Amino acid sequence: MSTVSSSHDLEHGHAEPPRGLTRWLITTNHKDIGTLYLLFSLTMFFIGGAMALIIRAELFQPGLQIVDPHFFNQMTTMHALVMIFGAVMPAFVGLANWLIPMMIGAPDMALPRMNNWSFWIMPFAFTLLLSTLFMPGGGPAGGWTLYPPLVLQTGQAFPFVILAIHMMGASSIMGAINIIATILNLRAPGMTLMKMPLFVWTWLITAYLLIAVMPVLAGAVTMLLTDKFFGTSFFNAGGGGDPVMFQHIFWFFGHPEVYIMILPAFGIISMIIPTFARKPLFGYASMVYATASIAFLSFIVWAHHMFTVGMPLAGELFFMYATMLIAVPTGVKVFNWVSTMWRGAMTFETPMLFAIAFVILFTIGGFSGLMLAIAPADFQYHDTYFVVAHFHYVLVPGAVFSIMAAAYYWLPKWTGHMYDEKLGKLHFWLSVIGVNVLFFPQHFLGLAGMPRRIPDYALQFTEFNMISTVGAFLFGFSQLLFAYNVIQTIRGGAKATDQVWEGAHGLEWTLSSPPPYHTFTTAPEVK
Amino acid sequence: MTTQADVREPASPAAANRRLVRRLSMGVAAMFAFGFAMAPLYDVLCQVTGLNGKTGGRVAAAQPVAVDAARTVTVEFVASLNAGAPWEFAPQVTRLQVHPGQFYQTHFLARNLTGQPLTGQAVPSVAPGPAARHFQKIECFCFTRQLFQPGEGREMPVTFRIDPELPPEVRTVTLSYTFFKLDDAGG
Repeated sequence: MSTVSSSHDLEHGHAEPPRGLTRWLITTNHKDIGTLYLLFSLTMFFIGGAMALIIRAELFQPGLQIVDPHFFNQMTTMHALVMIFGAVMPAFVGLANWLIPMMIGAPDMALPRMNNWSFWIMPFAFTLLLSTLFMPGGGPAGGWTLYPPLVLQTGQAFPFVILAIHMMGASSIMGAINIIATILNLRAPGMTLMKMPLFVWTWLITAYLLIAVMPVLAGAVTMLLTDKFFGTSFFNAGGGGDPVMFQHIFWFFGHPEVYIMILPAFGIISMIIPTFARKPLFGYASMVYATASIAFLSFIVWAHHMFTVGMPLAGELFFMYATMLIAVPTGVKVFNWVSTMWRGAMTFETPMLFAIAFVILFTIGGFSGLMLAIAPADFQYHDTYFVVAHFHYVLVPGAVFSIMAAAYYWLPKWTGHMYDEKLGKLHFWLSVIGVNVLFFPQHFLGLAGMPRRIPDYALQFTEFNMISTVGAFLFGFSQLLFAYNVIQTIRGGAKATDQVWEGAHGLEWTLSSPPPYHTFTTAPEVK
Repeated sequence: MTTQADVREPASPAAANRRLVRRLSMGVAAMFAFGFAMAPLYDVLCQVTGLNGKTGGRVAAAQPVAVDAARTVTVEFVASLNAGAPWEFAPQVTRLQVHPGQFYQTHFLARNLTGQPLTGQAVPSVAPGPAARHFQKIECFCFTRQLFQPGEGREMPVTFRIDPELPPEVRTVTLSYTFFKLDDAGG
């Protein structure tokens, strides 16, 4: 493996990055690309968040006040697309870029030029996607799930949306290939698979999920495109197709997709909790196997998103039990985190606070998921705010909190400066209160029958909607504290030590803070 | 077993990367193809299992089966229009009492409400799903496209029988047609 460093030196004669804008345009450095991904994700988080606030502002009162229903529908659709493909996924890819090479003792990602490509496709994809809001007929408004025939009524924006999704997919697939190649080919000598940090493990499995399902999404949207413009009838019943088939294909992608957004979060939490509990992770091997089991199960549960389309009883039962089975490996994980904290010498810095909130609030989201998995009960919950509450509990205090925990945890390593701990804690408490005020009442709204994706509602839902909207604005605006804290830490602050956290272990903490532009050009010794 | 390169000889990292990228790209291509393969697979699955109410299609008339006169099944007829289709469309009778194994004929009435000639296609669906396989048609307007002159209305026949193999717990079978307007260009 010593050839890695020599070939690497040949490629880059320089030790320091070029200056100016071109540095970022042509960079093949995993740290630069990681930074680009993370900043892109933060931008998209605020754009998607602004859309969410428009939705919540409209829902503050029954009746139509602020936006017309068509624009409201564009907001729900675009909020989802921007948050999923623009905020959460790129954030995890950014973290993977920054951290995986440093965690496994690799000099860079395995395919640095492709890495540059996978990032730089994203801004173009999202410019395209967001520009559809200004096109005649507006942006996509049929929901992010793009169900035909409704989605085929999208105006001129339709082909642009499809192309944008293709570009995001290409970016994700290239990113995934790169991550797998890095993990499998560039580990330092002695870094066996079962010694890898869990973040690396969860990303390895996530990357395989991406490769398995992003092409299926690409196929599904291509079929929509040819149905609309080239006279095919994949989903057109008049021509012998079936719109329900789209739902099957979409959710065959869609369900693994939700694990793509949560497995790296599991990895992050499994890194942070041992640090602040000052104990090694409880049940490392079971964590790896649980992750792999969840990934496998994610392929055979897709139809639980479509219990109400008229499946035969055997199908309902199979998908119900298979879905409930996922609770077993997920439970293994939650118990392992709790056992790691058990009798640990815990301290509660900001990353740990976010990690603990993750464990508790993600579990709430998991339980509402179990409720939704019960096929007969799902007929009541389907397409109500209960579903909205469920997936926001797993995605916001789940995926998003884990990304914030990661940002606070590794920011001192990346920048060499400590963030403002007081501000970080304030951000945490405002976020955790805001997110619960925002999403908890939505459980009640859904159980009482309020449908999702509708700008108006019956009067009896008013109070809980008002509470939810107040929480939304509290949560949304407290994220400005996060952005401010991050920017201030990049610009300066107290010097961070190399280890940063007293209980931190792993190769990345053996590097200086900030790490040099090129790290591990000679592979480190792993005991 | 053929060449040395197959064995885990520590190849140069670039070669190892190339090999891995090639394999993973093949996986990507295979999954893209799999997405499209779901379309025919889905049809086959629905036909084999009768899921989704897809009817068995045309059967040859010359396959007599014993008529089960002791059993009576109610067949209901439903007609609906796809959104915005400019037709009048209704069954002649809404229900029939039938004996499994015997052929029956009924009619659906359709009228073109516009001033232009229109082509339509009816798509059948049978509920409950498990009954779909046992609903056999020897003649149906749904087998072909139907051309209507401006303002033209006509009766369209369906000749069907219920297979005596129909599961005994099924007492009522609903046959539903949705009428679609076909564009001149495609379909």
